[in-house]
Amino acid sequence: MGGRTRRVMGVAVVVAALGVSPHIGRAAGGPAMVELGSLSTLFGAVPFDHAKHAGLAGDCAECHHHTLGGAPVKENCARCHKANQPAKSAACRECHPAERFEAGYMATVAGNPQLYHTGKPGLKGAYHQKCLGCHQAMGGPTGCEDCHSMTEKGEAFYRTGKYAPAAAPKKGGH
Amino acid sequence: MKKIDRRNFLKGGLAGSAAIAVTGTAATAKGAGTFGGYPNSMGVLVDLTKCVGCRTCEAACNKEQGLPEPEKPFNDTSVFDEIKHGQKRRTSEKAYTVVNRYEVEGREGGPVFRKIQCNHCQEPACLTSCFVNAYTKTPEGAVVYNPKVCVGCRTCMVACPFYIPAYSYSSAINPVVKKCIMCYDTRLKFGRPPACVEACPQEVMVFGKRTDLIKLGHQRIKENPGKYVDHLYGENEVGGTSWMYLSDVPFDKVGFDTHLGNEPIISYVKEFLTVVPMVLTIWPALFTGFHLLSNRKEALTKEEETKG
Repeated sequence: MGGRTRRVMGVAVVVAALGVSPHIGRAAGGPAMVELGSLSTLFGAVPFDHAKHAGLAGDCAECHHHTLGGAPVKENCARCHKANQPAKSAACRECHPAERFEAGYMATVAGNPQLYHTGKPGLKGAYHQKCLGCHQAMGGPTGCEDCHSMTEKGEAFYRTGKYAPAAAPKKGGH
Repeated sequence: MKKIDRRNFLKGGLAGSAAIAVTGTAATAKGAGTFGGYPNSMGVLVDLTKCVGCRTCEAACNKEQGLPEPEKPFNDTSVFDEIKHGQKRRTSEKAYTVVNRYEVEGREGGPVFRKIQCNHCQEPACLTSCFVNAYTKTPEGAVVYNPKVCVGCRTCMVACPFYIPAYSYSSAINPVVKKCIMCYDTRLKFGRPPACVEACPQEVMVFGKRTDLIKLGHQRIKENPGKYVDHLYGENEVGGTSWMYLSDVPFDKVGFDTHLGNEPIISYVKEFLTVVPMVLTIWPALFTGFHLLSNRKEALTKEEETKG
């Protein structure tokens, strides 16, 4: 039981930790390509075409909120973050924790009465909400495997591919 | 003056014990009040606007709880078209959580997906209804049960306002009730979130202290004017639940029962249940007494007759 649990947790933790590892040079205003893979277990890394998306988004703040120094896109955020200085790093993982519900992190959040952003999504949530949210709105691809291919571990987890249920569903019977 | 005969005496006795029962009950009910939940219990805030229907939570639940192989792979979305007995999918002995799809007319951005599982009530009706006390509401917030004492009567299935407890109909020898326990044994007990919460790619669910989640829920409603329905489902329903929901469409459009009221289910039966032990203990003694009293005279007469 313990081993299984630890494995499941491991899966979730790793899935929750995609980091940004810039490579293949830098285009103006950021890396051309970014491999998002620090959380990958059930799915492989996402080869993210940063340059392409930067062009599509128009405004860097669309994804990087206020961390590049510009004004945020959302009015509600601008109330506080209008005149922000550029952050040390603009990587998602700098602000969004890989282990969103880890006891230590949750205690830090709960123990800070000054903190406004108590519901800040973890890294996995931030990626998916941002990417998928925009893809839905702009008509981009929205299938899981459109962005990252499923690993063998993923196939076992989702009981698909070679781990798919063998028997045809039974009819009737209570 | 009214003659005191046996009939009148009995009537008086009945009225008296009824009066005691009623006043006693009223005092007890008031004294017990509503429980309102453990102060530091954990909960989950579910934001329906974020769910994309990927069913990862179902897969995570299956793995964590060691449930049987599903009929279809967990990435198969054809399950959303399944209708059984005129209903969308429900929780079962094989699946403690299921996601359903709701087409809501006039909603921009397509259908709404809603995950169902045990809501872990503050004052659970299943617990109240169970006569073998199989259920426990833990201080961490989970409603767990002991399958070893479950006799399989299924009263909790009738009592649950959310139709969640399922039954292991597949077991011929020892069928018991099966439901989500918020991963109590393997995670919650150790301060970790349920498997479904951690696995969700969209962070549809936020795990935290229930009191914090209520604040967070209302903060989200306020921060996004016009986005959400101004209601946190589960904050007050049936006395409050550990799992609470935010939605951008009216809750009754996506399968929520909006007529449950805010009274815990136990409130409807508390007064009656208080009388039960009284009836079971006082009445037998009282009426045996009456019986002996009334027969004593006859026995004495008979004795005298035999003497005479």
